[in-house]
Amino acid sequence: MLDSIRPHFEEGGKLSRFWVVYDSLETFAFTPGHTTKSGVQIRDGVDLKRTMFLVIVALIPALLFGTWNQGHQYMLSIGQIDVADSLTMLFFDKMLIGAVKVLPLVIVSYGVGLGIEFLFAGMRGHSINEGYLVSGMLIPLIMPVDVPLWMLALAVAFAVIIAKEVFGGTGMNILNVALTARAFLFFAYPKQLSGEIWIHEVASSKAGGLLVDGYTGATALGHLASTVGKSPTEPAVAGVMDMFAADGMFSLTNSFFGLIPGSVGETSAFAILIGAALLIWTGIGSWKVMSSFLVGGLAMGAIFNLMGLNAYMTIPAIHQVVMGGFMFGMVFMATDPVSASQTERGKWIYGFFGGFLSIMIRVFNPAYPEGVMMAILFMNVMAPLIDHYVVQSNVNRREKRAELSMAQRVTA
Amino acid sequence: MSVHQKTTSTRTNLSTATLEGLLVLVFGWKLVIDAEIYNKVVQASGERPNFAPRKVNLRELMSRKIRIKKGADIRLKGRPTSTVDAAASTATCAVQPPNYHGITPKLEVKEGSAVQVGTPLFFSKESPAMKFLSPISGTVKSILRGEKRRILAVIVESDDKNDAVSLDKIDVLSASADVIRDAMLSHGMFPFLEQRPFADVANPADMPRSIHVSGFDSAPLAPDMEIVLKDRMEAFQNGIHALSSLLGGQAIHLGIRSGQTIYNDIQKVELTAFEGPHPAGNVGVQVHHTKPINKGETLWTMHAEDVANLGETLVSGVYTSKRTIAATGSEHPDPRYLQTHIGCELSSLTNGLQNDSVRVISGNPLTGTHAAADGYLGGLDHQVTLLPEGRDPKFLLTAGWLSPGLDRFSLSKSYPTWLLPKSKEFVMDTNTGGEERAFVVTGQYEPVFPFDIYPVQLIKSIMANDIDAMEKLGIYEVAPEDFALCEYACTSKIDVQDIVREGLDNLKKELG
Repeated sequence: MLDSIRPHFEEGGKLSRFWVVYDSLETFAFTPGHTTKSGVQIRDGVDLKRTMFLVIVALIPALLFGTWNQGHQYMLSIGQIDVADSLTMLFFDKMLIGAVKVLPLVIVSYGVGLGIEFLFAGMRGHSINEGYLVSGMLIPLIMPVDVPLWMLALAVAFAVIIAKEVFGGTGMNILNVALTARAFLFFAYPKQLSGEIWIHEVASSKAGGLLVDGYTGATALGHLASTVGKSPTEPAVAGVMDMFAADGMFSLTNSFFGLIPGSVGETSAFAILIGAALLIWTGIGSWKVMSSFLVGGLAMGAIFNLMGLNAYMTIPAIHQVVMGGFMFGMVFMATDPVSASQTERGKWIYGFFGGFLSIMIRVFNPAYPEGVMMAILFMNVMAPLIDHYVVQSNVNRREKRAELSMAQRVTA
Repeated sequence: MSVHQKTTSTRTNLSTATLEGLLVLVFGWKLVIDAEIYNKVVQASGERPNFAPRKVNLRELMSRKIRIKKGADIRLKGRPTSTVDAAASTATCAVQPPNYHGITPKLEVKEGSAVQVGTPLFFSKESPAMKFLSPISGTVKSILRGEKRRILAVIVESDDKNDAVSLDKIDVLSASADVIRDAMLSHGMFPFLEQRPFADVANPADMPRSIHVSGFDSAPLAPDMEIVLKDRMEAFQNGIHALSSLLGGQAIHLGIRSGQTIYNDIQKVELTAFEGPHPAGNVGVQVHHTKPINKGETLWTMHAEDVANLGETLVSGVYTSKRTIAATGSEHPDPRYLQTHIGCELSSLTNGLQNDSVRVISGNPLTGTHAAADGYLGGLDHQVTLLPEGRDPKFLLTAGWLSPGLDRFSLSKSYPTWLLPKSKEFVMDTNTGGEERAFVVTGQYEPVFPFDIYPVQLIKSIMANDIDAMEKLGIYEVAPEDFALCEYACTSKIDVQDIVREGLDNLKKELG
């Protein structure tokens, strides 16, 4: 079938300008019959398509849970169910409500992003790199559910063009593409992206009088940020801290399983860790980055616990790392091989400081509730520097060895 | 007080003396041998040699056995049985200048010239004394040329007589370095010396720091040296003597597979045993783990089978270019060892196989060259591999990029190979398994690259043609073959070996 329409797309055919589209579809369906030329005569079966696809598979638990959770949070916000209700109750209703919101995000992200990718690939005359397949799934998962679609489209376009294509496309970018999209929105539209956007239609529910009393739709970190600068004994602060107690809305269990408001895919540490297991099992995600990121976050959390200067700092380290975007950033953002450290030793350093700074920014900067995005973007910028010093130590070792050998020859 | 002090100092002296005595006992023999070699060289050459008597190095003595942890054995089907047959003699034979990287051939014969075994066919423009000899007797049938009239092969038609030119016989034990060097050049053996850095034909004007020989081949389906050298140990010993004399008596570094016994009685070698997966048998890996090469140093390497040919040629005075080829691969009708000589027709090693869907590789699947079915055995190859061509597109779910891949060997954990029993052998075709992409995945080269070198950073410096960075990152120590597994494993399908070769050539040009 594909072969019969092929001539239209080849040079001179009517549709030759759409060759990139044809080519990407064909190579998607069939691994091409290219054979080795020079160098090795045999090649490993793994390619970028398989690698990227496995990352998407790893994202599926977070995506499915996120979809369900958006419905769940909506139900909570209008008082249809209680926090303590079972996971299965009204399962399909919740999935449906979530899907109505989440699917358009995914479609817009892929539509805009891949469109730009095809455009650049056509202009440069090379085939499509598979990198955006992952970025396109990551972006909706780190967005608030009620983000207007035109904003999302703008953010995707900004990220793909400015963060990636101007640097030369896949493999050349310095910053993580998905995080750049989010950072763009948070700095370009701070007003629209603060407050009541984390739960589906929380504003209209409020206007319609449907909202449960006292429900604001703020995320765990949003609540915590509101305590900074206030005495721990203030009633408002104590009220917030109660939400993090064992039976509160943001209890450790709820935070771990993700039954809390937040970006689409970030809430459930459990679902994310299933993905992490797949990434580590297949060797595609760096376990070094993930584990050092976790250690870094726990270390900063523990330091804050020891300091205990305000209510925020007293949140246990374990609780800190299962809230907000920490887990999602650790598993899917920090491990992006292009923007992370490229040396194995550098990955330990990169991961550790990524986690460390995530918690630090989160607690020290109340104007900006989530620190993970900033921390990872900062470490993206620092990664080449880390690599430079790691490689330089190897260079120095070699030079020392050469000097030693020279000295021996001279004395001989 | 003073008495006390005295006692202490005496004790110290005593224990120091004991320690020194022990050191002498343990390492003394080594010093004695070193001094002997040193004196011999001073006497022979009349001048101070440019190497020092080796200092006692505790670490080096303790690390006689080296374990290579990084690397991988690609488990292919089609290993040769231990049968050794004589290959059918072929009507023609070719000596191919492109096999010897870094030389420009200048012809000494014309089409129709009559030649014998050992008649020079061409010499190197860079060092005119370096001759390339005919492996058989007969007449020059044709001279194959490529782009810009580059000589690709000199083809000799056999007269089945094997008349040989008689060359000077050399006493490999007592000959001086100059005599050995001149003999190697004129007897056609010098081109088998490869130099590091640059990984090309050695420059006869250099005095290398040391000569290294790998006693085993660890590449996929590689020949077993115990079979190849079975009846040639005397020739091998003579070759070692010749190389040692070339260095003024210095011992030759010989890397063996831990447990190998054929080299037990070889003299004039410094043995190091290696354990671990491919590329442990690569001489570059062995050098790196014993005496790494530094900027400004040169060393030479030679294949073990060529060492035997060298010994035989110099002692007998007849040019010897024997090969015991491992004829291998999943598509080989009868994988076994075949005795032949350099440049024979490949059809004599492939049971005459003529099949478009089979690739004939002169060499191993990682570093060999894609040859025509009616082509010729490469001058530096010791193996022939037949693999299925992978020209058919593969549907994504059944055999393509989303397939489960239970029958697919892979170094990536995204295929289940690593869960399957280690004894399972795989059929691999020549499909690239995907298209070339930008460099994305990291941490993939390092596990198969047993050097204290950052492979990705080195590759990138070569791509940027940054000579300074290349030197700093250790390009002196590597050859393209050392990167073969990186290239195999590369998700982005980058031609790593070609890049390394380009880098080495650029470096050589830069250094002049």
